Amino acid sequence: MTMVYEDHGDEISDVPMRRIRFSVNGQKKIAEVEPRLLLAHLIRRGLGLTGTHMGCDTTNCGACTVLVDGRPVKSCTMLAVQADGREISTVEGLATASELHPLQEGFKEEHGLQCGFCTPGMMMAAKALLDENPDPSEEDVRWALSGNLCRCTGYQNIVKSVLWAADKLREEG
Amino acid sequence: MIPAPFSYRRAGSVAEALDLCTEYGEDAKFLAGGHSLLPLMKLRLAMPEVLIDLGPVRELSYVREEDGHIAIGALTRHHDLEHSEMLARVLPLLAHAAGQVGDPQVRHRGTIGGSLAHSDPASDLPATVLALDATLVARGPAGSREIAAADFFQGLFETELEPDELLTEIRVPVPAAGAAGWSFQKFTKRAIDWAIVGVAVQGSAVALVNMAGTPVRAAGVEAALAGGATPAEAAAHAAEGTSPADDINASPAYREHLARVLVERALLEAQSV
Ligand SMILES: Cc1cc2nc3c(=O)[nH]c(=O)nc-3n(C[C@H](O)[C@H](O)[C@H](O)COP(=O)(O)OP(=O)(O)OC[C@H]3O[C@@H](n4cnc5c(N)ncnc54)[C@H](O)[C@@H]3O)c2cc1C
Ligand code: FES
Ligand code: FES
Repeated sequence: MTMVYEDHGDEISDVPMRRIRFSVNGQKKIAEVEPRLLLAHLIRRGLGLTGTHMGCDTTNCGACTVLVDGRPVKSCTMLAVQADGREISTVEGLATASELHPLQEGFKEEHGLQCGFCTPGMMMAAKALLDENPDPSEEDVRWALSGNLCRCTGYQNIVKSVLWAADKLREEG
Repeated sequence: MIPAPFSYRRAGSVAEALDLCTEYGEDAKFLAGGHSLLPLMKLRLAMPEVLIDLGPVRELSYVREEDGHIAIGALTRHHDLEHSEMLARVLPLLAHAAGQVGDPQVRHRGTIGGSLAHSDPASDLPATVLALDATLVARGPAGSREIAAADFFQGLFETELEPDELLTEIRVPVPAAGAAGWSFQKFTKRAIDWAIVGVAVQGSAVALVNMAGTPVRAAGVEAALAGGATPAEAAAHAAEGTSPADDINASPAYREHLARVLVERALLEAQSV
């Protein structure tokens, strides 16, 4: 994968590239990466999956949240080489060709987004919660989203959206 | 922000991690959860030439009951401590404190060993293991040795560990029946933040987060309690011997005030457990 970096005057190094195998949204991939490449950049630039956003690049905002082997992770704070052998899920994997995921429906029904920048990270953090706890309280939802910032909504409708999705998923069994 | 270039080596076992460390010496750094190290590398405040990734060393991720103590693998993630049924039963202070670290994503990556080895006095687990009188086990080329938590933290980002030593295990004595009361008080502005001041109490042991260059035991409070003081009387000694930082979040005087208030709350809560 060709990466273009800002030039900070580092010596041009001959650090060997690493070949990694992983899966993204169920599809198996092989990539050749420099060790310092961040997972967020592998996802956005290498795989072209730009649904994963980068808001802060300092592990604070959660916009870059993806699931790694089911665990929510801020992909700006993990190296791509650390994803070797792992399963990555991004927001693009939520919907099927014909149907939105209940979380996406919930955000639509309950107006859980305004500008939408934080939304992919919110949905992936929420997915990790619902996979572990299908019947969360409002407090559980707020705590599960405490690593995700939203500058628009004031969070009320995001919490309602996740609870909506939890109900729908339980109905579907 | 992208780290400066480094070579990447992956350790599959403790033995391999130590071999790699001997091979690269001071140029190398261990990578555990990466949630302290990678942010520093992205800011170019850390520029190791070699990273030894401990991620695949699964043998160091466990919580076990051994005779008289709980043994915790250094690579156990905060999330797994928070949700350990055994800890909830035997060491609820540690399970609860791990659940207060950062946010869910941070807890899914960060490890207890990384948190202790990083030695940030604003972190939650260093003060917690200090209150619990834990023993830390380090393994180096010459074998294993035990370090008392009270001796481990030397200063901001400085510990007793030698550069070629790996922290492998944290051993926590099971609290005696009379010392079962516990509390963890963390004062922050947002859920995700580090403590402005924090307090960990187990029985009559009291440790403070972010009141000095290392986590510290509140010796004045402990002495007052031993002399029969009430929680309110003992808490008045909370800031004695501390040297809190002056930063954007709080002045030293405000931190001292917080320490007294939080220690009183913690002692009262521990009494009621
Ligand atoms: C947004 C954010 C919020 C946070 N909030 C909090 C908070 O509220 N409270 C809190 O306590 N912490 C907080 N943290 C820090 C978090 O807990 C880190 O995960 C932890 O401090 C470091 O653990 P790690 O496994 O990620 O270590 P790493 O970052 O991988 O390593 C840290 C250091 O320890 C060394 N090291 C790691 N493991 C070992 C070992 N086994 N033996 C020897 N050396 C080792 C590394 O070489 C490195 O120098 C936060 C972090 C972030 C990014
Ligand atoms: S971009 Fe990763 S947490 Fe903000
Ligand atoms: S909808 Fe705009 S940041 Fe959340």
